[in-house]
Amino acid sequence: MTDVLEPRAIGRDLLRRDGGLKVRGTAVYADETPVPEGAGPPAYCRVVTSTVARGRIVDLDTTAAEALDGVQRVLTHATAEHLASTEDRELAVLQDAEVGFRGQIVAAVLADSDEIAREAAGLVEVRYAAEATNAELRAELRADRTDLYTPEKVNAGHETDTATGNMDDALALAPVTLERTYRTPMQHNNPMEPHATSALWTGTHLTLWDSTQSVHRVRDTVVQVFGLAPEQVRVVCPYVGGGFGSKGTPHANVVTAALAARALPGRLVRFALTRQEMFALAGHRTPTIQRLQLAAERDGTLRGIAIDVVEQTSKVKEFAEQTGVPTRTMYAAPNRRTTHRLAALDVPVPSWMRAPGECPGMFGPEVALDELAVELGIDPVELRIRNEPEVDPETGRPFSSRNLVACLRAGAERFGWADRDPEPGTRRVDGWWVGTGVAASVYPTIRMTKSTATVRREGDRYVGRIGAADLGTGAYTVLPQILADALGVDEARVDVLLGDTDLPEASVAGGSSGTTTWGSALVEAAREFRDEFGDDPREGDEAAADVPPNPAEQEYVMSAFGAQFAEVRVHADTGEVRVPRLYGVFACGRIVNPRTARSQLLGGMTMGLGMALHEQSLLDPRTGAVVNHDLAEYHVPANADVADLQAHWLDEDDPYVNPMGSKGVGEIGIVGTAAAVANAAWHATGVRVRDLPITLDKVLG
Amino acid sequence: MDPELTLTVDGATHTTTCDTRTSLLDLLRRRLGITSPKKGCDHGQCGACTVLVDGRRVLSCLTLAVTRDGAEVVTAAGIDGPLPQAFQEADGFQCGYCTPGQVCSAAGVLDEHARGWPSVVTADLTDTPALDDAEIAERMSGNLCRCGAYKGIREAVRTAAGAATR
Repeated sequence: MTDVLEPRAIGRDLLRRDGGLKVRGTAVYADETPVPEGAGPPAYCRVVTSTVARGRIVDLDTTAAEALDGVQRVLTHATAEHLASTEDRELAVLQDAEVGFRGQIVAAVLADSDEIAREAAGLVEVRYAAEATNAELRAELRADRTDLYTPEKVNAGHETDTATGNMDDALALAPVTLERTYRTPMQHNNPMEPHATSALWTGTHLTLWDSTQSVHRVRDTVVQVFGLAPEQVRVVCPYVGGGFGSKGTPHANVVTAALAARALPGRLVRFALTRQEMFALAGHRTPTIQRLQLAAERDGTLRGIAIDVVEQTSKVKEFAEQTGVPTRTMYAAPNRRTTHRLAALDVPVPSWMRAPGECPGMFGPEVALDELAVELGIDPVELRIRNEPEVDPETGRPFSSRNLVACLRAGAERFGWADRDPEPGTRRVDGWWVGTGVAASVYPTIRMTKSTATVRREGDRYVGRIGAADLGTGAYTVLPQILADALGVDEARVDVLLGDTDLPEASVAGGSSGTTTWGSALVEAAREFRDEFGDDPREGDEAAADVPPNPAEQEYVMSAFGAQFAEVRVHADTGEVRVPRLYGVFACGRIVNPRTARSQLLGGMTMGLGMALHEQSLLDPRTGAVVNHDLAEYHVPANADVADLQAHWLDEDDPYVNPMGSKGVGEIGIVGTAAAVANAAWHATGVRVRDLPITLDKVLG
Repeated sequence: MDPELTLTVDGATHTTTCDTRTSLLDLLRRRLGITSPKKGCDHGQCGACTVLVDGRRVLSCLTLAVTRDGAEVVTAAGIDGPLPQAFQEADGFQCGYCTPGQVCSAAGVLDEHARGWPSVVTADLTDTPALDDAEIAERMSGNLCRCGAYKGIREAVRTAAGAATR
């Protein structure tokens, strides 16, 4: 048990502290960093990217570009500095003539204006020797590829494969079995702020104003890649225009900005990816192929559950999405199997996107459960309740708290599920087929092991310091609430400074771990502070602390759960799909700030709606290019796509997770949404869509 | 020779020269250091660069600066009144990057509605439509928000319009 804080500021519905700046547009993002005193006029960087998926540069002519008035440098693999470490191939920018994917940076132009840099980039001529193998084979993910391989581990250190009991026997013996294949497409994070860096090299020190979810991770990466000492590199990021994972790990653009700055000492170099470039250089979510097998008794009791996942990675660097992991924890069954196989393709490197693993990995299972419910004639809410495990099914460890059943019941009540007629394709209103569907949500409660915070008395205020990030999550508002309760003072007297490597080292804003991790460090620092200085500290008194270990993490499985209910309308003539109602009920520990937490849950559900109806990156297997690489063709939800959207939560007291009692709310909202919508679309039309997104051609088919 | 132009931005007059290829967005951000309007796509697809030019909302990334000599530009930094507070109260944003464009667009919506302009979802074209959820959603759909703050954005616009809540 941890010592849970008495909530005073925690739980209050406070306005965002950075709201005034954001609504006026005066919060400063990376590309807007003012030119520092003493620096020369800013320079602008534009890049040239490869037009072949795999091959070698045989000629690169920069003469015309360099002749243009206002061009300062053209960096290529022949002219760029040699990096100290090229171990991470994604970050080995301009180091050799090899091309590993279409859209890779092959030259960088630095000029006195953005317009000149862009014109010059267009004048760089590149000839490639494209590799003459079967192009289609290289970029297309299929489950029958002969070159699939088994990664050593999947993301977050999870086992690649797991098995309990004997799934084959379960399938042979059970009275009811179901085997289906589900697909989720390649997707892109597309934060509204393109990945951007303003960079300044003074000759000895490098400062990067970078749009990132972790200033310390960027610093550590740049230190390693360039062979610098940590004290030579500072990374600053007060505001982030969204990330959703794509800014959780530094990509090639950060290295390019640093290369550019080092080529022009004393000048602030600005480098922002274009929206189009982001589709190759800022990471993507892998497409997944999920084969689900269920074995059940006639009363719905699962005898077996299995998921076999096939997904892609890049030949440049491995990224193994943990898609099968949620199946390990969701439902009770004595026989179980999860596997992951990868195809290494000539594509850009996949990366983190909101709820990696859980988000794609809860589509197949939650639609399969719905299909089983139909086959058995059991209500899908009831089927889930009947398979609720008492302990974590794979490890046998107890849950610190698990309220999936309560979420299902509360959601059903709010949504008006009780009167539902299970027959599909029978309700037609004003030319629209109407249906409803349900799916479960899950996301692990993650606390990073390493973060440090300090607390200092300054005037009549208390100032917390931690190099964390607020990408719209509310950290600037929520962390002072936590620190105030830990100090036992009024929240209005507390500040918490974020977003700078000059502050104590913080973990990445990812894995829904921010509040839990940074909050734990701040609470520990506050305890040290009070122990040392009592209730009447003097000016400048300061204490520091790391995230303390939590032995309960070894004893308990910690996760947030939820249930989502969707109403779908499908136009009988056009097949247009709308979602007039989408309700989520979540059990995610104690809510620190209802206003910002609700926004996070609604935001996750909105992105889940996009996954259900709109989002897919169309990779041309001949060229390795994402052909719909902008926001006109890669559709994300717009205002009118979102109708009656509601997020609710249950009061959940979990004494084991951390002193705040929080479980994280940034990702669970996207988990299960697409399955709920797909299940409702089936109920509306009788057409079962097993590959996302649910477009009109599929429901008409 | 780069041509000279004069703009009024949020009440302040600026006379400057610019490359004829420069968008109004880049002129504001790069040349004048006015970074309230944001660049999300540079192709008129996301709405983050929305500003008011002579009272009308425009996408500044699709507007060549030299075509707007003498114009009066208003960015979110120049918008007072109930809108900015309503966005905060409704938590109509998270990361804040699309927000200045949303605020400018909302100001445009309020003005267009006050003039009686219909939208594609307006049922009765002979009367001024009520600014209900569907009207606001339709009129605000040119401004993407990846954080998914649409519900709060609608609430903010509704509050600012003084319309009764649903």
